[in-house]
Amino acid sequence: MSSVEFRKDLFADERDDNLKEIGKPTIRQDILGHVTGRTPFYDDHQFDGLLHMRAVRSPHHHAQIRGIDTSAAERMPGVRRVLTAKDVPNNLNTLLSLINFGRDDEPLCAHDKVRFMGETVAWVIADTERQARDAVAAVRVDYNVLPHVLDVEEALQPNAPVVNEVYPNNTFDYNGKYDHQKLRFGDVNKAFAEADHIVEAEYQMSPIEQAPIETCGAIAAPETNDRFVCYTNTQALFFSLGTTSKLLDIASSRLHFIGGTAGGGFGGKVDSIVEPTAVLGAMLTGRPVRFAWDREEEMQVGAPRGGERWRIKDGVMNDGRIIAREFTGFFDSGAYVRLSSYAIVKCTGHIPGPYTIPNVASNIYCVVTNRTPATAMRGFGITAADFAIECHMDRVAETVGMNPIELRILNAYRDGDMKAHRRPAKNTALIECCQVAAGKAAWPISADAAAQSSKVGGGVGERGVIPASVTDEDGKIGDRRAGRSEGTSPSRRGTGKVAAGTRVEAKTEAHMQDPDMALEADRIGHRMGSASTAPPAPAPAATPAPPAPAPVAATPSHPQPTAPVPPAPQVQPSAPVPTPPPAAPEPYQPEQPFQRGLNRPGTSRFTSGFRRR
Amino acid sequence: MAKTPVTFTLNDMETALFVDPGANLNDVLRRGAGDLTTKNGCGQGTCGACTVLIDGVPHLSCLTLAESTEGRRIDTTGGLAGGPELHPLQTAFMEGFAAQCGFCTAGMLMAAKALLDKTPNPTREDVVEAISGNLCRCTGYEPIIDAILTAAARMQGRAV
Repeated sequence: MSSVEFRKDLFADERDDNLKEIGKPTIRQDILGHVTGRTPFYDDHQFDGLLHMRAVRSPHHHAQIRGIDTSAAERMPGVRRVLTAKDVPNNLNTLLSLINFGRDDEPLCAHDKVRFMGETVAWVIADTERQARDAVAAVRVDYNVLPHVLDVEEALQPNAPVVNEVYPNNTFDYNGKYDHQKLRFGDVNKAFAEADHIVEAEYQMSPIEQAPIETCGAIAAPETNDRFVCYTNTQALFFSLGTTSKLLDIASSRLHFIGGTAGGGFGGKVDSIVEPTAVLGAMLTGRPVRFAWDREEEMQVGAPRGGERWRIKDGVMNDGRIIAREFTGFFDSGAYVRLSSYAIVKCTGHIPGPYTIPNVASNIYCVVTNRTPATAMRGFGITAADFAIECHMDRVAETVGMNPIELRILNAYRDGDMKAHRRPAKNTALIECCQVAAGKAAWPISADAAAQSSKVGGGVGERGVIPASVTDEDGKIGDRRAGRSEGTSPSRRGTGKVAAGTRVEAKTEAHMQDPDMALEADRIGHRMGSASTAPPAPAPAATPAPPAPAPVAATPSHPQPTAPVPPAPQVQPSAPVPTPPPAAPEPYQPEQPFQRGLNRPGTSRFTSGFRRR
Repeated sequence: MAKTPVTFTLNDMETALFVDPGANLNDVLRRGAGDLTTKNGCGQGTCGACTVLIDGVPHLSCLTLAESTEGRRIDTTGGLAGGPELHPLQTAFMEGFAAQCGFCTAGMLMAAKALLDKTPNPTREDVVEAISGNLCRCTGYEPIIDAILTAAARMQGRAV
């Protein structure tokens, strides 16, 4: 029988091996239920008169909803109720609003337009699942298909469609004003100039579906004490309760959530969609309602780990020491931000991977596209970046002609080393992992590499201190994203140098305060400036042509059909706009904007609880 | 909708139900007969979580018409344990950490039981083949394969 190998020879002095449970195999406390089939998953709770709820979903990546005709569906046999966005009391949310992070950007049910294929536009509740499916097919939705964007860098071009009007730049706004998350540690440009080799490469990771064997679902039912019970397989029970409370505008004390048993999750069951939907169904029918995704929905609508694109540039010495590492990252959040913004913050703390590199810089963009929204999955924010980092380590080893494991041991972080996010590294073990892996793989490493230890040599000299890092006059590291979401002019302070190859428009407007790391303004478009101040036309002939991305749907220019909310200066692409918008749709106006504010903690009625009497 | 009567033997119990025409066996077992030990993972015959034995042969209950089981014998994980005694497969799964979330486990156990009933001394390849229609996202399969081999050895009185 296979068993875990405990390497108790490593770090033996840091551990007490005479503990009763820790360090010893044990039998899961829930496994008797699993092997007898008696573990109660959410769907194993039976209710008399259970109704079945199914969603009507968008067949388009991006489309305006002109109208929804539910009359035929309402007349079909077994149908109890057809619901649309107007039935959702407070139809706008973002998951992390419960911790006051980000703007509400996602409806439970689309009302003005759909932003990804499979987005909910209505629901049907019927006596049987088959009747619900039949009625879903009878709901008629009139769409005006809009141009869509499925690539992160195309979404950052000035002429890209605005996916989500809450984020009119197609980027999450860090601290309400920065279009990317930034890290600066030392001075990468100075180090690149001193390096023997520069190693650059780009990596692309695809979205990955968690694919739990049990799909997302919930059953909600009225209880006799005027509460609603909700059996759910969520991985985030109280998060889902809070989200349901907010979306349905119901006191959390009236919600009785029962969970804790998930048939696989892997991060894919934290998005709090099925719970408010099922509770809404129970509220509006007064009956137990089951809302469960089928396998197709799980794959199409269930949020995956988002795709990530990484560009890494290393400055390397002939002996294998990496003296500088620079990242440009693009996280594809899909149509709604959900947890991607947080994943990037987590990733920034992880950069440059488990290595001690004295000069590090990163710019990471959380990009809104017309893909299925991304969410948590097994180390999201870390795993894909690590894939890129470790591929890059092999590339560096090849460049300097070095054993790739020895290169990792040479550059590995050690206890006491200062990490780029300015916390000392503790309990590091990369060197030991490399040594054991080399042994298992019979991969020869030098006696010197085999003698290294994570506990020796860390924090010595410059390894243990925060280096002088490039900052602007305010002591900040941000290239301000001026003139966009805040409606203010770019700061005129700072050095203002712009990297070669930057487009003319950006050169005029983008006023980078500290171009210690070249923003790839020509490739990412940057969406700077405004129609009134932009120069008449850029002169693209002088700039090196960026690699042409495959044209997915981003036509050279296109109507931007809906006005942003909150009002921000509408930035026009510098190219002329030949076609006027087809029909002026209603501006994006959530019926009940839930403006808690980014920097006003304590104002949430869900955290302050003033609704309770 | 007119209902159709169906009678079958479920885990040694005579069972008679009225089912919707076209109803699948998985729904009928779970919601009709109340045997919730059989799971539904995909409803399209790819994951194997709904595996039951019909006359000893593993079937995907989500793709089986309930009416086609008239007069047949159906075994599910709910009947695997003989009274208070666990089946050796169940014991081996418990001890070998062969389940994490537990959602695929009932189907795995049924597929494994069908194998051991027919092939008491399976090779590792036989086990892999027998559970090749059952997906597991947690374990990576190795503990499951090991547990089935362990159970087979114990049932034959061999030391593990």
